[in-house]
Amino acid sequence: MALRLATRRLAAPMVFRRGMATTIEHTKGEPLSTVSELTSASRPPEPASKTSNIPDPSPSQQAKMKTFHIYRWNPDEPTSKPKMQSYSLDLNKTGPMMLDALIRIKNEVDPTLTFRRSCREGICGSCAMNIDGVNTLACLCRIPTETAKESRIYPLPHTYVVKDLVPDLTQFYKQYKSIKPYLQRDTPPPDGRENRQSRTDRAKLDGLYECILCACCSTSCPSYWWNSEEYLGPAVLLQSYRWIADSRDERTAQRKDALNNSMSLYRCHTILNCSRTCPKGLNPALAIAEIKKSLAFAG
Amino acid sequence: MLAQRAAQQSLRRLTAQTITETTEHDKILAQQRLNRPVAPHLGIYAPQIPWYLSALNRITGCTLSGAFYVFGSLYLVAPYIGLHMESASVAAAFGAWPWLAKVATKMFFALPFTFHSFNGLRHLAWDTTHMITNQKVITSGWTVVGLSVVSAFALTFI
Repeated sequence: MALRLATRRLAAPMVFRRGMATTIEHTKGEPLSTVSELTSASRPPEPASKTSNIPDPSPSQQAKMKTFHIYRWNPDEPTSKPKMQSYSLDLNKTGPMMLDALIRIKNEVDPTLTFRRSCREGICGSCAMNIDGVNTLACLCRIPTETAKESRIYPLPHTYVVKDLVPDLTQFYKQYKSIKPYLQRDTPPPDGRENRQSRTDRAKLDGLYECILCACCSTSCPSYWWNSEEYLGPAVLLQSYRWIADSRDERTAQRKDALNNSMSLYRCHTILNCSRTCPKGLNPALAIAEIKKSLAFAG
Repeated sequence: MLAQRAAQQSLRRLTAQTITETTEHDKILAQQRLNRPVAPHLGIYAPQIPWYLSALNRITGCTLSGAFYVFGSLYLVAPYIGLHMESASVAAAFGAWPWLAKVATKMFFALPFTFHSFNGLRHLAWDTTHMITNQKVITSGWTVVGLSVVSAFALTFI
């Protein structure tokens, strides 16, 4: 097996490696990338200065008013331009987190505002969005109490927008599926019950298994913005390393070999936006560096 | 025999169906992508030291290699088109420039050179999985900015 992998690595010159990258979509017919390249010029939203500001319906006596500019796009009018809609909220009547503000707007001001949310405590990853220029989870992001500064909320950058703050993550999930995110073993456990590992081997998975796949890191990566058809992106590569680093997994060589082409892994140019933005404080850039290092010293 | 053939037929249809089904899904996705806007990216992402320096690293690299190739090719064809690219005549021509133009030209090459060199060390460190934490990336980033500006001034005015 090792020999076969080695010869395959030698057989393909670097120029043709791009062809070996796992493109997940479309093995048949028109490749999706041609379609997306046609449309990837983003339609800039109508600026907030050209749209209305919807005020708080029931401000308190000493209201602490803060303005939120929120990206809106309605798929029922597909030809219309996206716009930045402004809402003013009284912070005294709003919870402390950005998600509280969004929920309050939806409940009391504008029921058409659309966003994903579920656990409201940073464990589901649904409410990932770009808040004040940084990708994060709305439920873990405090509203800056400084009322003079206006907040801007966008969907995850360079994603196809389904509606308002809801991004299309189909490609992201397909890429996750492509790295086979499960334990692959042929040999049954020696005691016939569990696959055991030592404490030190288990410790290697700390900082990897906590990832909730919110896609904040992948959509903060300029390299992923331009190459999301073929480059796997930080989140999926962190997950890939989670299985490469697992002492119980028996497909380490195949997992590494699947990444050994010019696109899947090496489109990472260590920009390091991923680690900077992770709302869970993980370090995808380090995981990617570990994969690259292990491939470089594979011998 | 007949039953077996019938079973085969239905099996085949099943596989055929699943294939058309996936392409159908892809068609819908492609169709939807034609209508959906792409969320804003470069224009709205917060200016942060990691990606700004990464962009600068590429720009300075292109500047340096571009200048190298342009000068190299000029040097190569100079005798045939009657250009004087010998070191002595280039130095003499440069010496005749006004002071400000001299400083600006030197700075234009010195800053990309020093920045790209120092930032290259950062990238080499990262390839060995060292220095990849948010705090170290920020500190080393600003250190590189400081070092490259100071050394670029030194190179310009020696």
